[in-house]
Amino acid sequence: MKQPILDVTGLTMDFGGIRALNSLDLDVHSGEIVALIGPNGAGKTTFFNCITGIYMPTAGDILLTPADGSKKISIKGLKPNQVTEKGLARTFQNIRLFPKMTVLENVMIGRHCRSKAFIFGAILRTAATRREEQDILEMSYSILEKVGLAQFANEFADNLPYGAQRRLEIARALATEPLLLLLDEPAAGMNPQETMELDQLIKQISDEGQAILLIEHDMQLVMSLSDRIFVMDYGKKIAQGTPTEIRKNPTVIKAYLGEEVDA
Amino acid sequence: MVSLKELKNGFFISLWFVFLTFPIVVIKADPIQRTVIWRWHNALYMAIGTFCVYLLFKYFQYRKEHQVNRNDDQEQTVSLIHRILQKPLQRNIFIGVIAAFAVVFPHLFSTYQTNVMTTALMYVVLGLGLNIVVGLAGLLDLGFVAFYAVGAYTYALLNLNFGLGFWQILPLGGLIAASFGLLLGFPVLRLRGDYLAIVTLGFGEIIRLILENWGEFTQGPSGISNISRPGFFGMEFSLEQSILYTYYLMILLVIVTIFVVNRLQDSRLGRAWIALREDEIACQAMGIDKRKTKLVAFSLGAFWAGIVGVMFAAKTTFVNPASFTFLESAIILSIVVLGGMGSIIGVVLGALILILMPEYLRALSEYRMLAFGGILVCMMIFRPQGLFANIRRTYKFEKQPTAILPEK
Amino acid sequence: MLQIFFYAGMDYFIELFFSGLTRGSIYALIALGYTMVYGIIGLINFAHGEIYMIGAFTAFIVATVLSIYGFPLIAIVVIAGVAAVIWSASYGYTIEKIAYKPLRHAPRLSPLISAIGMSIFLQNYVLLAQTSDFLPFPTLIPDFDFMEPVAHIVGSTELVILVTTMVVMILLTVGIKFTRIGKAMRATAQDRVMATLVGINVNNVISVTFIVGSGLAALGGLLIASHIGQINFYIGFIAGIKAFTAAVLGGIGSIPGAVLGSFVLGLTESFATGYVSSDYEDVFAFSLLVLILIFKPSGLLGKATNQKV
Repeated sequence: MKQPILDVTGLTMDFGGIRALNSLDLDVHSGEIVALIGPNGAGKTTFFNCITGIYMPTAGDILLTPADGSKKISIKGLKPNQVTEKGLARTFQNIRLFPKMTVLENVMIGRHCRSKAFIFGAILRTAATRREEQDILEMSYSILEKVGLAQFANEFADNLPYGAQRRLEIARALATEPLLLLLDEPAAGMNPQETMELDQLIKQISDEGQAILLIEHDMQLVMSLSDRIFVMDYGKKIAQGTPTEIRKNPTVIKAYLGEEVDA
Repeated sequence: MVSLKELKNGFFISLWFVFLTFPIVVIKADPIQRTVIWRWHNALYMAIGTFCVYLLFKYFQYRKEHQVNRNDDQEQTVSLIHRILQKPLQRNIFIGVIAAFAVVFPHLFSTYQTNVMTTALMYVVLGLGLNIVVGLAGLLDLGFVAFYAVGAYTYALLNLNFGLGFWQILPLGGLIAASFGLLLGFPVLRLRGDYLAIVTLGFGEIIRLILENWGEFTQGPSGISNISRPGFFGMEFSLEQSILYTYYLMILLVIVTIFVVNRLQDSRLGRAWIALREDEIACQAMGIDKRKTKLVAFSLGAFWAGIVGVMFAAKTTFVNPASFTFLESAIILSIVVLGGMGSIIGVVLGALILILMPEYLRALSEYRMLAFGGILVCMMIFRPQGLFANIRRTYKFEKQPTAILPEK
Repeated sequence: MLQIFFYAGMDYFIELFFSGLTRGSIYALIALGYTMVYGIIGLINFAHGEIYMIGAFTAFIVATVLSIYGFPLIAIVVIAGVAAVIWSASYGYTIEKIAYKPLRHAPRLSPLISAIGMSIFLQNYVLLAQTSDFLPFPTLIPDFDFMEPVAHIVGSTELVILVTTMVVMILLTVGIKFTRIGKAMRATAQDRVMATLVGINVNNVISVTFIVGSGLAALGGLLIASHIGQINFYIGFIAGIKAFTAAVLGGIGSIPGAVLGSFVLGLTESFATGYVSSDYEDVFAFSLLVLILIFKPSGLLGKATNQKV
């Protein structure tokens, strides 16, 4: 049994007197699509914020297994940019693009942590720097082609329609070559057509081997995409399993609807 | 075209302004001579002036509303200059003309004019330096003048106490200023926009006050004089020749600065700065170390200010703390704001306009600072992107075999 | 010998203490404007120091004119005071409408830069319309007889300043707490959108905030000008920075914080300059400002706010 890429154990997060996360366990394996669902306020985005270094968890551990299969490293307490460097990349619930940069440049930013050029490289434009820039350009463009945004490459990011902006955020995260891609409600605000396209895109990315962890409210999308589902409520994990198992799980149904529904 | 309602509004607004400005503009009281002068004509000017400004404002508003309806594709309005710059042939001709003019300038105009132009060029470099901090990285630094002062005083003190020459101090001044930039940068890393602005303002004032009060070290308010002018392999220059020499040195510095800033803008570092400016949280989430990025912005900006400081000390041969007030920082900020944050062309033009115009409009020179203040307010309200909004680099793509050519 | 030294020390201490309280009072009158505006629209009103300066100038002009025409002292004080408040409040109101209201939805830096521009504009406006000289300000507050025994420690002017500030503080606190407009101001400061939704005219509330803040600053300008005896177009800058330091020290956005911060700053400044050195007085204030913003930006009474991701 291969090591999980992401192994979260006993994650607890307290804000003053409020326990937002209560000893949460979660793992994601290579090539999997795992969904994290739960009613509003369950703590899903808090979870994302904890594992990406925005919050420092009160307790628990977050272990990441590097691509070369070497020892697991703990990313707890690392700063957000360090977490991304180590291999976790995320999108945001309220899209956070760089509005006054072009679509292509937004994706190029994703390549920042995988490249090196600094002040003197920038000023002197050595052969090595130029090669690196070319690589960044090519890789960013090919990612844009993959998500279907290549025709917008030179547009300002804030000129894009909503659905395209979401895809751009995904493209940008992919550019960091993450071990695990975190998607925070990628289908929020999308119409059925856009959601279908998103479904195809995520499946395509997963087929290429990318491990994905997503938070989502659109149950149809979750059931269609996920290999496994974790269900949260009030900061705790209340269930985990395959989509079929979760659909029939009474605890889950109760959490969402408040009481058991007669079949 | 102008409705009755608008005329009525204009009338009442000008009445309000006459009331508002009445004590200060109309009355001139002298407690010693025990006289009062009533400058009624000012009230009239106020009324007429406000009325006209109001109508003008309404007119521009009207035009803007009707333009938005016609112009759906706002991206088409790339300015003339940018279009020239994008075509290689036109660009080279443009640069050639400018270069020729710059070289010939001192021989066409008087020594005094050359001196003025040199000052303007110094502000160009200062503006470009601040542009890195404010325009690219989005860090509102109101104490930029501190680094300028550090550069100037480094040269002045080392020249005074150890007799070191211009060329030796030039890089040193820049480096020392850059380290002050780091010094300022560290504590403000966590600060948000307006707090950052105030802290940098405080820093700038603290530096000036120390320069003013630490007399034993800095000679205090009287300043340091008789600083050596820049030399050329030990040659001695007359005053006129020296001014000429300084002018050409500044031209060189401007060229180098534009070159460097241009390279930085389109590099990995430049993109990181803009990402930092646009969204600090997303920027970090994408793997950019915001602390390092901010610190580099501060120190690079400070470096240029330091270099110009050394030049300033060498040009005027005299430095004192009064040259490095908050007002200077505000002027440099005006240049960046007017020109367009992040735009090199904009900053260059902004500096030339703001520094040269007062010289050529001598009659109105006492309104200079008033105009600065007004420009800042108006630019923010009417054209916050500045004269030249920054154009991002576009790329041309050829299908196979994956050859991507950057197009300027 | 030792006894005389002790009494002299004690006298000096008390003198510095009251001097500090006086400074603190003036800072408080100005700081309140900063803190109220920041609490309501999140803007550091850079031009607020200039409002204070304009208040002082208006009082100067009115008082000088009236005294030349032979009005009695009481009338001069009252009319000049009222005039200063009315005109400063008008300037505050107008500035908000011209330079800040259009930028209410712009990114944070825009109104700040606009405020800086306004500050420079106003300074030079007064400079051009009046003069760059230091103008002698008439002593509007006579020496009271009952103050005679302690006159070498506490002056009559200082007493008036302290009493005025106390009265104003009380009125303001009562007003904010119990009047309808005060409640509207508190609501708008907490959540502007929600305030609109419950029917509060947010534009009016903001205008009132500026008007009240400016009026207080004008009062401060009048009092300090009378105390120091001279004014100049540049006094707004330094006083503004110091009052802002006081507001931040106490916790920007908090009215009791502004008052507390002002007295702390005033007293510390007074003792520092009295016992240590008076040259570095301004450096002290600036350094304090820098240190607070770096280490405890929420100030003494403020709350640290978290940014939502």
